Amino acid sequence: MTEIKKIWHFLTRYVDSFLLIGILALMAVGLVVLYSATGANIARVSNQMVNMLVALVIMWLVANIPLQQMMRLALPMYILGLVLLIGVALFGEINNGARRWLNIGVTRIQPSELMKIAIPLMMAWYFDKHETALRLRDYLGAAVLLLLPVLLILRQPDLGTAILITASGFFVLFLAGLSWRIIAGLGITAAGSLPVFWTVMHDYQRKRIITLLDPSQDPLGAGYHTIQSSIAIGSGGVTGKGWQNGTQTQLDFLPEQSTDFIFAVFSEEFGLMGNTVLLLLYLLVIGRCLVITGNASTQFTRLIAGSITLTFCTYIFVNMGMVSGILPIVGVPLPLISYGGTSMVTMLLGFGILMSIQTHPKLVKT
Amino acid sequence: MKQHVELRNHPAELHKFRFRLSVCAGFVLILFLILYARFYYLQVIQQEHYYTLAEANRIFISPLVPNRGLIYDRSGRILAQNYSAYTLEVIPSQIEDLETTLNKLAEIIEITPTDRQRFKKLLKESKRFKSLPVRSRLTDEEIATFAVNRYRFPGVEIKARVLRQYPEKEIVSHIIGYISRINDQDLEQLERNGELHNYRGSQHIGKIGIEQSYEKQLHGIAGFEEVETDAAGRSIRVLSRTSPVPGNNLILSLDLGLQEAAEKAFGERRGALVALDPNNGEVLAFVSKPGYDNNLFIGGIDQENWNLLNGSIDRPLNNRALRGVYPPGSTFKPFMALAALELGKRSPEYSMSDPGYFSLPGVDRRYRDWKPGGHGRVDLHKSLVVSCDTYYYSLANDLGIDNIHSFIGQFGLGKRTGIDIEGEVAGLLPSSAWKMSQYKQKWYAGDTISVSIGQGYNLATPLQLAFATMIIANNGKAYAPHLVKQIQNSQTGEVEDIPAKLLYSVYMKPKNLEVVKNALVDVTRPGGTAAKAGANAAYAFAGKTGTSQVIAIKQGERYNEKAINERHRDHAMFIAYAPAENPKIALAVLVENTGTGGSTAAPIARQVFDYFLLGKPAEAAVAQLSEPVADHDHEHL
Repeated sequence: MTEIKKIWHFLTRYVDSFLLIGILALMAVGLVVLYSATGANIARVSNQMVNMLVALVIMWLVANIPLQQMMRLALPMYILGLVLLIGVALFGEINNGARRWLNIGVTRIQPSELMKIAIPLMMAWYFDKHETALRLRDYLGAAVLLLLPVLLILRQPDLGTAILITASGFFVLFLAGLSWRIIAGLGITAAGSLPVFWTVMHDYQRKRIITLLDPSQDPLGAGYHTIQSSIAIGSGGVTGKGWQNGTQTQLDFLPEQSTDFIFAVFSEEFGLMGNTVLLLLYLLVIGRCLVITGNASTQFTRLIAGSITLTFCTYIFVNMGMVSGILPIVGVPLPLISYGGTSMVTMLLGFGILMSIQTHPKLVKT
Repeated sequence: MKQHVELRNHPAELHKFRFRLSVCAGFVLILFLILYARFYYLQVIQQEHYYTLAEANRIFISPLVPNRGLIYDRSGRILAQNYSAYTLEVIPSQIEDLETTLNKLAEIIEITPTDRQRFKKLLKESKRFKSLPVRSRLTDEEIATFAVNRYRFPGVEIKARVLRQYPEKEIVSHIIGYISRINDQDLEQLERNGELHNYRGSQHIGKIGIEQSYEKQLHGIAGFEEVETDAAGRSIRVLSRTSPVPGNNLILSLDLGLQEAAEKAFGERRGALVALDPNNGEVLAFVSKPGYDNNLFIGGIDQENWNLLNGSIDRPLNNRALRGVYPPGSTFKPFMALAALELGKRSPEYSMSDPGYFSLPGVDRRYRDWKPGGHGRVDLHKSLVVSCDTYYYSLANDLGIDNIHSFIGQFGLGKRTGIDIEGEVAGLLPSSAWKMSQYKQKWYAGDTISVSIGQGYNLATPLQLAFATMIIANNGKAYAPHLVKQIQNSQTGEVEDIPAKLLYSVYMKPKNLEVVKNALVDVTRPGGTAAKAGANAAYAFAGKTGTSQVIAIKQGERYNEKAINERHRDHAMFIAYAPAENPKIALAVLVENTGTGGSTAAPIARQVFDYFLLGKPAEAAVAQLSEPVADHDHEHL
């Protein structure tokens, strides 16, 4: 009896059950939709279950890492990520145009994925070091830390990831107290440099934006995605067409149904009611993350928790926005729902950090 | 404890942080409300509109597959073409019992066991809602029979397809490669490159050879048609149409007649031959024997044929010209000779006495010449003409490996030439640094001795040897070897030349080059190692023979003893160019397991030169290329 108790204690000690339940609920929704989206393909669904299990184990491991250790990881992880990104730029495998993967003998890796966690960790660590008196040049230093990898990722080119990583870094800057005047200045500069940005963008990126404004421009390519996913969502109505009854999905009008566009499948089959439930589930998880962030005790933990939480929100917004036709199509998965192992692991790694922050004794700074 | 922490955390700062976090939370809430508003708009306000659209998503945007570009040789002979045919296709997801359906189909249309095997393999590799061919090239009679019985076979259809065909099969299979059905990996790749939409409807993609490396040119741009369909998905009428743009045609620099002549010269022997135009790097012939019937791969190869090809001891799928690495043997000597002269380690006048062996100073071991007793007095000229090993042993010791590596590296050995098909291997031209990083061992003087006669850590592909020979032939110009000479725009018929690309120039003193080139001419004259192949030639040509040792045979392979012995024999090598003055063709020949270069490889080169320089047989007169040649008429099929 006591043995079991011990094991139970060992397993659950550093797990935040509130957060875990939210995550599991979303995963369950994901599996149900995936079953329908793949045309009852059991192999695909069990594959995803394996992805989830692996990600959960990684989350548990991360949750068990004490915060001091986590801080120590920030700098090496960042440097490793940066070296790998430079490696990609120099020796990466080119797939006609894009250079995102690095072959390291045993396997191929995508270092930009590592950066999604390494950037917030590094920046949070940086601000934690400079906590006492934050001056402008501290922010500039942080901006350099952020821009270096972002530029490398932009060069690959991988706009979607670059945007997400920029966002995660900006969240740290913002939460660390970047002055409103500078934020306003950045906003104005960004708006002003849009025309410049337009000219340096790749053709396919420009095309995606034109397509957003007028989907009929490219009915076989990106426009086709937007048209078909809007039809799927809209035709679902309030109650939805029922599980496995979505005509857009089952007749194969929807592209990428199991990955980036899986939300359209959900929306078609479960309608506005389903969407409401899904958004509430997401809000529940986000709410819990915000509570954890608010209670975090040190500058480091606050910033890292805040950045992870807000990046999670960004994923949700960007994905749902693109599927419902209010944002251009960038390859961003719907967190915890879309098919695929990499993003699942990245997400749960983040949640692992949050759990560690919540469950470990609060840090005492010396 | 908590108390303690908060004290250290500057309440003001914490307050500021929490304020900022609330701002973010508010912002997130607003974004979620925007999303919700969008859902409300789509699913409540516009629900009826979209519902109708979904119902009538009977307005099907159906892709129109562009016709793939054709491939010609330099004189306009066709190497890859398209033909239209009717195929019997099945959509597995719409059929309950596939086996029964196939059996019933077999009663009215002939389905061979091979067809069934191939179909089963396809079934495993494909998505269940994709239409898969069971039989192709249906006769009119078969089409009529099926039409009568169609009601019995839901999910089975006859489709008009444009199919690919390679009329020359084995002869050019290693150049053309093949297209095959698009698989999951291809899809992933296309998606990553943002080209997926252009392949909606396409069934095939280039997998290897020219078909792969020029996929972008050959594929064309998909068109589309808005088709209105009834509730069962049958099309009623076409609402609008954007025509596909057919792929461009490729005209290769390859001379099919020359290729055939080379194939014939090889007979049943295994090996490779690469012939380049020294004036621009165009590939004139590119043989890897044996070849394979590349048509087998188009519709998905059946297991039986695959086993035959993949399991064959002759390895027909291996592109020897591009990927086979062989010790260059004595064909390495001309480059050593050039290094000696250019780096001032030997003069043309210097001569040595060859006792039939060489020993490093202070070491007992003897490195033997191939000729017992040696060649007597040998100068540089003679060393090439009779292929004296001893001369190069002593030269190697004076040059040192790193001089050899950096000088001969200029001829492209040990590096990819960058030919326009994928999969090329780099071979090996060693250096002391290489050995250190590879084996953590220092370089020994003895290693250099073997390298000097093209053995030891010295490996080259036939393509590399042809490239290196070209650089001697044209006095130092390294042109990138390329197979595609021209690209013909499928729509305008305009032909665009692919210009010769001079990669770099190798500087060599004209008088040094002359010494070596003169010796290479004498190789093919009486007294030279290729004298037999050079006998009675109507033109002078230069060459160098070589023998490449087969080191080992894999353990545990099940050949009879005779076969093992045969495969232990040396490979014959020959590099050559012709005419000696103002060369028009430079080549490298490799014949596996047939002994010395002079006796088997050089005669092949001679036959190829004769064909190329003395005129082509009359029956090879070919249709000239004039108008656009793609058959645009099949777009709609």
